[in-house]
Amino acid sequence: MKNIHVSTTVNGDPTEFICAPDESLLDVLRDRLRLTGSKEGCGSGDCGACSVMVDGRLVCSCLVLGAEAEGAKIETIEGMAKGDDLHPLQQHFIDGAALQCGICTPGILVAAKALLEKNPNPTDTEVRYWLAGNLCRCTGYDKIIKAVQAAAAEMRGA
Amino acid sequence: MALDENGKRTFNIIGTRPPRPDGIDKVTGRAMYGADATAPGMLTGHILRSPHAHAKIKSIDTSAAEALSGVKAVITSADFGVPEDDYTRDVQDNCMAREKVLYDGHAVAAVAAINAGVAKQALKLIKVEYEILPHVTDVDAAMKPDAPIVLAGYAMDGLPKGMSENVTHHFEFGHGDMDAGFAKADKIVERSFTTAATHQGYIEPHACLATMGGDGKGELWVCTQGHYHVRGVCADILGMDASQLRVTASEIGGGFGGKTTVFIEPVALALARKSGRPVKLVMNREEVFRASGPTVSSSTDVKIGMTKDGRITAAHATLRYQGGAFPSGTVQFGAQSAFAAYDLDAVQTIGWNVMTNRPKEAAYRAPGAPMAIYAVESVVDELCQELGLDPLDVRLKNAARKGTKSAYGPTFDDIGLEATLEAAKAHPHYAAPLGPNQGRGLSCGFWFNFGGNTCVTMNLNFDGTVGITEGNPDIGGSRASISMMAAEELGISYDKVRTIVADTNSLGHNDITDGSRVTFAVGLATIKAAREAIKVMCARAAKIWDIDADAVYWEDGFAKPSGPNAGAFEPMSIEEIAASSPNTGGPIAGHHEVNADGAGVSFGVHLVDLEVDPETGATTVLRYTVFQDAGKAVHPDYVEGQMQGGAVQGIGWALNEEYIYGQDGRLQNPGLLDYRIPVASDLPDIDTVILEIPNPGHPYGVRGVGETPIVPPLAAISNAVSRSIGLRMSALPMSPPKILKALKSKG
Repeated sequence: MKNIHVSTTVNGDPTEFICAPDESLLDVLRDRLRLTGSKEGCGSGDCGACSVMVDGRLVCSCLVLGAEAEGAKIETIEGMAKGDDLHPLQQHFIDGAALQCGICTPGILVAAKALLEKNPNPTDTEVRYWLAGNLCRCTGYDKIIKAVQAAAAEMRGA
Repeated sequence: MALDENGKRTFNIIGTRPPRPDGIDKVTGRAMYGADATAPGMLTGHILRSPHAHAKIKSIDTSAAEALSGVKAVITSADFGVPEDDYTRDVQDNCMAREKVLYDGHAVAAVAAINAGVAKQALKLIKVEYEILPHVTDVDAAMKPDAPIVLAGYAMDGLPKGMSENVTHHFEFGHGDMDAGFAKADKIVERSFTTAATHQGYIEPHACLATMGGDGKGELWVCTQGHYHVRGVCADILGMDASQLRVTASEIGGGFGGKTTVFIEPVALALARKSGRPVKLVMNREEVFRASGPTVSSSTDVKIGMTKDGRITAAHATLRYQGGAFPSGTVQFGAQSAFAAYDLDAVQTIGWNVMTNRPKEAAYRAPGAPMAIYAVESVVDELCQELGLDPLDVRLKNAARKGTKSAYGPTFDDIGLEATLEAAKAHPHYAAPLGPNQGRGLSCGFWFNFGGNTCVTMNLNFDGTVGITEGNPDIGGSRASISMMAAEELGISYDKVRTIVADTNSLGHNDITDGSRVTFAVGLATIKAAREAIKVMCARAAKIWDIDADAVYWEDGFAKPSGPNAGAFEPMSIEEIAASSPNTGGPIAGHHEVNADGAGVSFGVHLVDLEVDPETGATTVLRYTVFQDAGKAVHPDYVEGQMQGGAVQGIGWALNEEYIYGQDGRLQNPGLLDYRIPVASDLPDIDTVILEIPNPGHPYGVRGVGETPIVPPLAAISNAVSRSIGLRMSALPMSPPKILKALKSKG
């Protein structure tokens, strides 16, 4: 099988890569573009550690082919902070101790940002159901939910 | 080191909640985990695994795989020697099967190729001829004399008649006259329990990057809880000197005990050696389930006698744990911890370890304790129901306290069980009303906590800032806690300290990050290292002032003359001492090496309210509160985080998680869809109450906190379900079909 040439935008930057026809977007991001912030926890869409945005839609990048990124806008955890300025979610995750090992954190941040863009004022239950596709084994989710709500409150006030 | 050595009781930094030093790296995606590293010329490694639970390997033909373009190395057990010592041989045989495959997923060969596609293709070209053997995966079946023998030659000495050779260990603990104790009881309950094997479920699969040069020097980048241990085992297996293998621990994406041994690391090193190129080897999730180390499954009998006013008169437990395809001693911890929460005159526990055709178990957070204490706390709860007694009052009446001779031997020093129970009793949770189909459960929990071999170096930089070099991978915020203890001791601000985890060649040996030991033992060594540096700093100030070193003391980041007789000198700051150090004797450092003891045992109590849906058998956890003695909570956010995370792992264990084996001995649910760990929408807030009963064995009173919180949820949930449905449950997990079946049997 011949590799495919793909032109796309990653975190605002025009980006080209070649990939195998059966290569996942996650593998492209990690192995070809060296954007290793997206993690593979399962490879089957069950854990959410590889969550990215494709054209404004939250997806598990392990379930998307690299070739499908042609012409698309990809956003990953690496694009969430603007230089040294952390996104309020990132800051509240640090301040609220919402991470322990941190492996699920990039995916949860990407997913939580997508939630707050759709719903700036979610209930705890809405946050819990939105993040039900993002597994965390360290925290028991308690501090994650609180950090998302603290960030949401700050963003509403801003 | 005694608690009161420096009389330190008021803290400036300990007990605050500063941001963790690795926080920004982890929220921006910059942090480097096991699978995130690359090396020039790197190959991809893949492992071929057995589809059979138990089979003889008649032959392996790798020639077609070797001939495939892009394949750079193929290895089997023939590429390793046969280690002389049993432990190393067992570890190696678990990493790469020799003669027999012992479980579904057991590694039989591995390839290194230019990319994953070629590597996967090569695996398909390896021909393995198996002779399938009978298998056994159930603990009770494996003990029977006619059971298939997993590994010959491992039976315990003095194997009792009527038991199979699969029984490798036997332990007994206790004291007192059992018959007399049971004779005093007004009520005796005797019941048997089972728990399924569960997996630690860390989100980061095992991953490493190995390099081996022609000069015999090796480099290994790996996600592990203990890189010194990895170095030792890999060097033994590869026949290297420890000094020639440098192991660097990556950021670790969860471990919970499961990353305390090796699975793929010796394989990656052997592939690197054979190919002459760096090899990255990463497990996928299915491999993690099939071929890393889940916890034991258990079968337990408990018998407890109680007077009608709630005093336990005698307590007995027999524990049978299967730890997979190699010998395991985990049942010892179960037999020791089963009745640790109680002050008993007559107590006995008996533990048996059994081998089965399952992956070799690895540690999982308080290994061995949750399943033992689940059975005990279930029977205590049933006695409370039968005798109409309050379950917290009964635990308070029988609680272990200072001076109690524990069921496993030692006499307890200052412990926090009683205070924890009192806190639970006083908490509004315990008085909250319950609705229909709802139940409340509680359980005590216990863990020993470890100390162990530890090295720490503190370096004073010329600008007065401080570097701490420690050797334990940070699995829950420990770099923050270590920096806090250094800053506290030195009297400087937290942001002046940076703590790093060194590789194996940069610092002396450190035991694995396990046993809840790091904040205790590394913290203790950090405080001692800082005190050594303070001594040097005082001596340097004394030299500048031209007074006796004894006439200088340290306070809040300054060297000060000890009184008017010492001389009227302005206090000298750590910055001034650091800047002048080239002229007063050279760089300043402190270090400490210790095999720490005095870890201080830990107790917790969990309270849960839940509702069982009688239509579906599904359980919803409504309210959960964790009470635990932390000794001294260095960074309370991360203490709470341990309490919450442990509780939720225990909730998963109680309600859903299990290894399911088919009749063919194959694991049927090796994925996160079918092995269901708790998700955010399954859970309520997890409330926490930290008690602080200082540990006499640590200068600040710190106890380990990480493991105890997984112990109580199993019984707390089971007791709540049992009270809710009016039927005593005795098998975990209590997944909806099982509860439904129990409800139907009740009619």
